[in-house]
Amino acid sequence: MLKDQDRIFKNLYNDLGSDVNASQRRGDWINTKEIINKGRDWIINEIKDSQLRGRGGAGFPTGLKWSFAPRDVGSRPHYLVINADESEPGTCKDRDILRFEPHKLIEGCLIASYAVQAHTCYIYIRGEYFLEGQKLQNAIDEAYKKNLIGKNASGTGWDLDIYIHYGAGAYICGEETALLESIEGKKGQPRLKPPFPALVGLYGCPTIINNVETIAVVPTILKKGGKWFASLGREKNTGTKIFCISGNVNNPCNVEEEMNIPLKELIEVHAGGVIGGWENLQAVIPGGSSMPLIPKEKCETLTMDFDSLVNEKSGLGTAGVIVINKDQDIIKCMARIARFYKHESCGQCTPCREGSGWMWRMLERMAKGEATKDEVDMLGDVTNQIAGHTICAFGEGSSWPVQGLLRHFKKEIKERNKFDPVVEENKNIPYLVDQHLLDKNA
Amino acid sequence: MSLKRPAKNQPQSFEFNNSSLEEAKNIISKYPKGKQQSAVMALLYIAQRQNNNWIPLAAMKYIAKFLDMPYIKVYEVATFYSMYNLSPVGKYFIQVCTTTPCMIRGANKLVEACKEKISKNELELLGDKNCSWMEVECLGACVNAPMMQINDEYYEDLDKEKTLKILDKILKGEKPKAGSYRGRLNNAPENNRKTLLDLNNA
Repeated sequence: MLKDQDRIFKNLYNDLGSDVNASQRRGDWINTKEIINKGRDWIINEIKDSQLRGRGGAGFPTGLKWSFAPRDVGSRPHYLVINADESEPGTCKDRDILRFEPHKLIEGCLIASYAVQAHTCYIYIRGEYFLEGQKLQNAIDEAYKKNLIGKNASGTGWDLDIYIHYGAGAYICGEETALLESIEGKKGQPRLKPPFPALVGLYGCPTIINNVETIAVVPTILKKGGKWFASLGREKNTGTKIFCISGNVNNPCNVEEEMNIPLKELIEVHAGGVIGGWENLQAVIPGGSSMPLIPKEKCETLTMDFDSLVNEKSGLGTAGVIVINKDQDIIKCMARIARFYKHESCGQCTPCREGSGWMWRMLERMAKGEATKDEVDMLGDVTNQIAGHTICAFGEGSSWPVQGLLRHFKKEIKERNKFDPVVEENKNIPYLVDQHLLDKNA
Repeated sequence: MSLKRPAKNQPQSFEFNNSSLEEAKNIISKYPKGKQQSAVMALLYIAQRQNNNWIPLAAMKYIAKFLDMPYIKVYEVATFYSMYNLSPVGKYFIQVCTTTPCMIRGANKLVEACKEKISKNELELLGDKNCSWMEVECLGACVNAPMMQINDEYYEDLDKEKTLKILDKILKGEKPKAGSYRGRLNNAPENNRKTLLDLNNA
């Protein structure tokens, strides 16, 4: 288990208070000025050395992302945008950072803004987190009052303004370009990339977008050194991560742990074990609902980091671990996730808009055992026609969980859905039946 | 995609009151000059708060003029995002999360409780009950599942019995206390805490 002194979020459960004085006692805002005086290149290099990867789901190296910001500020100002639109089912880590560690985030904003030369930072918070947003606003006001941010922030000579922008219940606004559209006051529909936001982003200006957790760990990394962060976890999957363990466990919780921790340790030690014992485990969704599930056999030895989960054809995503035990109907669980994606598709690309509803309806029927035999394979076809054929990654996000289900639980679906196609010999009325149900050889 | 339609009975006109006006101007100042359209989402929220928790079409027209942008763009935003209520909802607006992490911990029991106490269907306003409910997608408190949101507050770690009690209080016009209903500390593991125990040395 990770030692307490290596934990970054010491106030994860709010034992210590979240105001500026309590935060300063924990080490926030202590030597911000010295860090910034070491210069832009030092900061970016230190973050590169730490091998920090984005905590929002995709796992893109943060240092590399910052280095994409243009070196010189031209006629267009630079922006820093923080993505706090946490809506991935199974994930609730950013909420705790906003509530209990707001000063880590604000200090991170200052350092990151300096590193990418932004004077304005927008924090996009999902609308449901209204109270969390207010807490963050209070923390921002405190920081302004102490001159930690604002004009000549923390005495560094850098000016920084931080504003909160509330979303309004759209999951898709967690996608970075949809988030920018939303800040610009439009529908949250993703943009085509390229151009990437680092060059053409908010209001057409260079914009760096990072997740809350990514930015909140930056000050601690720079204070303790990139080498310290890189010494945790394993190569290319370094540092600590807040895991959210939800679902059928005895003690669902958020916990900060080292990367590459065994999944079994996470569930047994921190979350108090699966309800009904480890033998009662059916499957685990390791990284928020978009990631394909992993069946029990593989959970025994699985370690939680970006690369080892990719090897299992899944992903770490946001590290929202959803545990499903054998009391649950796995097909129904996935049908509910498909309904979520049907509800949240932004409607811009046809494969996703139509396909997400199609997957949901098929899965609902399969859960009831009303589907025909060959529909099981057809469902696989539908997922393949969505993934990779849309502007943003929502297509993949909605079809991967279904593909995961088909990969590991095809037998269960086939056992429940044994109907033969409805029409076999009705050749006389081809227009009245679905063409795909007709036997091609008849 | 989710479908939303404006209410049939619409008020003729809408205007910001003084406090809303001040708030709106404050918000516009957050954005660069000429980019006042960015404020549309916040202004819709202000209109919603001012108008008993829903947004009439007249408010969209007013905001369009206020921000110097086409009405259809405001309409697009108001219909795209699910948190803007385009028809009246109760003074207490209950949103029950039923996405998978909540579902497998029994969110359907919460829905049952709402059906028993409030109304059979979602978004129905009955008599003088002052409240309405609906199922929503993930509210981002999955380790506190099952949970629901009443106006701005989260009610966590619920079961059917606790939900019925909360709804009783609301129907009586009292405001129940928010947060965890099993008395746990935020997101910490209940009775099983292994981390951050020695806080003086931490």
